[in-house]
Amino acid sequence: MTKKSKKNGRSVAKKNDNATFWGWRRENGRVGVRNHVIILPLDDLSNASCEAVANNIKGTMALPHAYGRLQFGEDLDLHFRTLIGTGANPNVAAVVVIGIEDGWTKIVVDGIKKTGKPVIGFGIEGHGDIATIAKASYAAKEYLQWASELPREQCDISELWISTKCGESDTTTGLASCPTVGNMYDKLIPRGIYGVFGETSEITGGEHLARARAATKKVGDKWMKVWQSYQDDVIEAHKTSDLSDSQPTKGNIAGGLSTIEEKALGNLEKIGRDCKYIDVLLPAETPKKGPGLYYMDTSSAAAECVTLMAAGGYAVHTFPTGQGNVIGNPIVPVIKISGNPKTIRTMGEHVDVDVSGILRRDMTIPQAGDALIDMIVRTANGRLTAAETLGHREFVMTKLYRSA
Amino acid sequence: MAIPQLLVHEKKDTVGVIVVEGLKKGTDMLCVVTADNSSFKLKSRMDVPIGHKVALADIKKGDTIWKYGQDVGVAKAKINKGEHVHVHNIKTKRW
Repeated sequence: MTKKSKKNGRSVAKKNDNATFWGWRRENGRVGVRNHVIILPLDDLSNASCEAVANNIKGTMALPHAYGRLQFGEDLDLHFRTLIGTGANPNVAAVVVIGIEDGWTKIVVDGIKKTGKPVIGFGIEGHGDIATIAKASYAAKEYLQWASELPREQCDISELWISTKCGESDTTTGLASCPTVGNMYDKLIPRGIYGVFGETSEITGGEHLARARAATKKVGDKWMKVWQSYQDDVIEAHKTSDLSDSQPTKGNIAGGLSTIEEKALGNLEKIGRDCKYIDVLLPAETPKKGPGLYYMDTSSAAAECVTLMAAGGYAVHTFPTGQGNVIGNPIVPVIKISGNPKTIRTMGEHVDVDVSGILRRDMTIPQAGDALIDMIVRTANGRLTAAETLGHREFVMTKLYRSA
Repeated sequence: MAIPQLLVHEKKDTVGVIVVEGLKKGTDMLCVVTADNSSFKLKSRMDVPIGHKVALADIKKGDTIWKYGQDVGVAKAKINKGEHVHVHNIKTKRW
């Protein structure tokens, strides 16, 4: 047991004592659980070149997305923060950035370069796709061969950054899979990991409880401001009737959830019983206050949320699902947890941790939490998640408003 | 412990969740409160899909619906003990 957990007086399940995993320590000290070389487009126009490079150099991965032109203000800041954060994530060994022009490409390259990892950028204008693809392919080949020889090292579980967000929730997520994640956080946060939850819209109905879980009044007030601004600037500004058609979603309703309050209360089970969040992050912002649980202001759409958390630096994602959300992420393994026996029966290939025993009362929530911790360690050691084997690489940028 | 058909989060709750597939009307359900592992019996008054809720007592129109020990909405109609509770008879108080 670490000094930290002794100091906090928390009990940690014995089987998880001194749990370690084999990861890649990056130049900045952070530890990754994957070793990707990514080909990162600055903008929509550069997707074709990036995909061509990834096709040339087997084992690299392009991350196509829809945006990056004529964005401005906070929306542009978020675009850069997401791209830079994605490249900087410790699951990424090296990055080739391609943009339509050199200026903004350089901003992304310089941002990633601060981690000390290999990164290079190419602008298409003045050269064309074919010459750019050739130059970028040579660089990608060199990076990939270099990365393929990087050794893993044994690391304490406390070096993991673990995010969470649930999807296609139903009443079983609140009973089983979300409390499983909560139990994992109650055990691992005291050991010194970084955690994060988000989904600003889906806390609606449980905002009084979320506020009360802040470590200090100041942090709780900061959280409330973020939540209120979402209500005022997004819902009130854009709603046509109310959120009834989207929150709960049709999938949620099919799964038995009737109101947004009921959904929010199940959602909040993910942060367990004991942990308090120590800061409120902007979308894709890297935590700066040390180990602990954080809140990130995100959409509740799964791919957007996981993309933002990955850009914040989180290396493993835990994803409770009821009705069967199939999401993955290109750079972060997304571990699916489900307690719904029907979902496990009908689409079990998407589920990594089956906690349906909680509903049958032959598995306790602490046992489920231990099963999840085991799966996190196995995943960190290299086990491919269901989403990775099925090719789910949803990389979705959050857009705040129309471009110029 | 036998496998329950219905789980309830907190003692205070007025609804519980069906946790087995294919639940039929008239089933004498084993119900467990997860907060303290206490159990009770309740007869289902209709077929209810897995994940959907059932009223634990008679609920009047306008009554608050309690789940997780919290207010999750209001009854739009009278709901009898053992009946299906969902969007057709409850709604959020927010909108």
